[in-house]
Amino acid sequence: MQILMASLLILLVILAVTIAVTKRLLPAVIIFMSYSVINSIIWMLLQSPDLAITEAAVGAGISTVLFIVAFKRMGLFEKAIDEESAKGTEKEASSKSGKEAENE
Amino acid sequence: MNKKFNKLYNILCVIFALIFIAAMIITVSALPNIGDATNPTNNEVSEKYLTDSSWETGSLNAVSGMILDYRAFDTLGESHVLFVATVAVFILLRRDEDSRKDLPTRCLNQSYEQAYDPILAKSLEFLIPAIFVFGIYVIANGHLSPGGGFSGGAIIGAAFILYLNAYGLESIERFCNSRTYLICSCCALLFYGLAKSYVFYVGANHLHSIIPVLADGSILASGLILPLNIAVGVVVSNTVYALYIMFRRGGFSR
Amino acid sequence: MNYLLNNLPEYSAVICFAIGFSILLLNRNMIKKILGLGIMDSSIYLFLAVKGYVAGTVAPIVTLAEQAAGVDTTLYTNPIPAGLVLTGIVVSVSVTAILLALTVKLHEEFGTLNIDEIIHMVREEDRRKE
Repeated sequence: MQILMASLLILLVILAVTIAVTKRLLPAVIIFMSYSVINSIIWMLLQSPDLAITEAAVGAGISTVLFIVAFKRMGLFEKAIDEESAKGTEKEASSKSGKEAENE
Repeated sequence: MNKKFNKLYNILCVIFALIFIAAMIITVSALPNIGDATNPTNNEVSEKYLTDSSWETGSLNAVSGMILDYRAFDTLGESHVLFVATVAVFILLRRDEDSRKDLPTRCLNQSYEQAYDPILAKSLEFLIPAIFVFGIYVIANGHLSPGGGFSGGAIIGAAFILYLNAYGLESIERFCNSRTYLICSCCALLFYGLAKSYVFYVGANHLHSIIPVLADGSILASGLILPLNIAVGVVVSNTVYALYIMFRRGGFSR
Repeated sequence: MNYLLNNLPEYSAVICFAIGFSILLLNRNMIKKILGLGIMDSSIYLFLAVKGYVAGTVAPIVTLAEQAAGVDTTLYTNPIPAGLVLTGIVVSVSVTAILLALTVKLHEEFGTLNIDEIIHMVREEDRRKE
């Protein structure tokens, strides 16, 4: 029990550092979701199941959905696909096409 | 010059964070041990809640008895925070039919529905009723088991979002449009406010309502906890769905 | 050493708070800033929830037999931090939603998520007006 708790807490710190160093946004949001899930498991071990169920439903579920739907509205996915397809060509051209797609 | 300043700023930020961690760890080290029963946090207030909440409020779960009865104004304010957040997001992201015509095609594509996906639709035929039943179970058993209005409402809101993605806007707006959103949210908030303010005005711990306060492990024996849980659940599920539809296409279509 | 192991949740919460704060300071991207704010929120909730834990007890859900015989309070954890944190979790989601809406609006206006570029553009615009 103690060992599980300690490893979960260390994992929590590692995940927070990972969010800090991740450059791309979608992986950072997914890691944030796993951070919330780890948090809810810790609360389950601390004998507060009310908190655990609320965090699993609200923190991990709803806020991640909000982030992803905001990305979709800002058109970040289409930009990423553009950059992926233009990777074979020059670097500057790819960023230009991404910007053009954004301006359209 | 600017680049140099940025580098200095970053280094200063990291140093500040390290100093902050050191100071807070020294402070935390002076706090009493975790899990000790003699800690000052475990005082007579929690004792009172644990011993009396089962027969005073009718809730076997001391947490929901606390947040919906002893500290009900807190939860009322929180429900209003959710409602106000939805209104603020609506003001920021609103997109009516006139402005939609002027938008570039990239934005328009997002407000259109995605293509009908047979795998998603068929599998959700089985999943959505199960999710709804689970959400209603979590809300209705809020005073007997962990859960309550917040988590159950979030689960039901997630089921609405899945329904929208599987069967399209046309189908969900038969029962989930701006009118039902306003009526449900306002009625739930008004009911919550009236029920609790009556209790506070009378100044009594247990009000004689139609539902008896027995706390015998059945669902309909918890006084006002069950209706208040349902009101909170309605507000939360409406908020979750409304936030999603606001980000997705900028408002309800009708 | 034993003390350190016992109070590990508090240390972890404090370190996570500092990491979230440094994300808030160091990153120019606004989505990353919102994530940092979320990390700070969660670490504070972890700290509060840990404060209510009593070793060797179960969740504060009274059983029927207990209720008939009179509740023994030494068997259950403290319900007060759980109630406080429950309020906080839901409020933090609405804060996230409002911040995301503001970010979406700024992205529509300026076409970028970088806060420095946005400030630069706003200053240029002001200068042109003068």
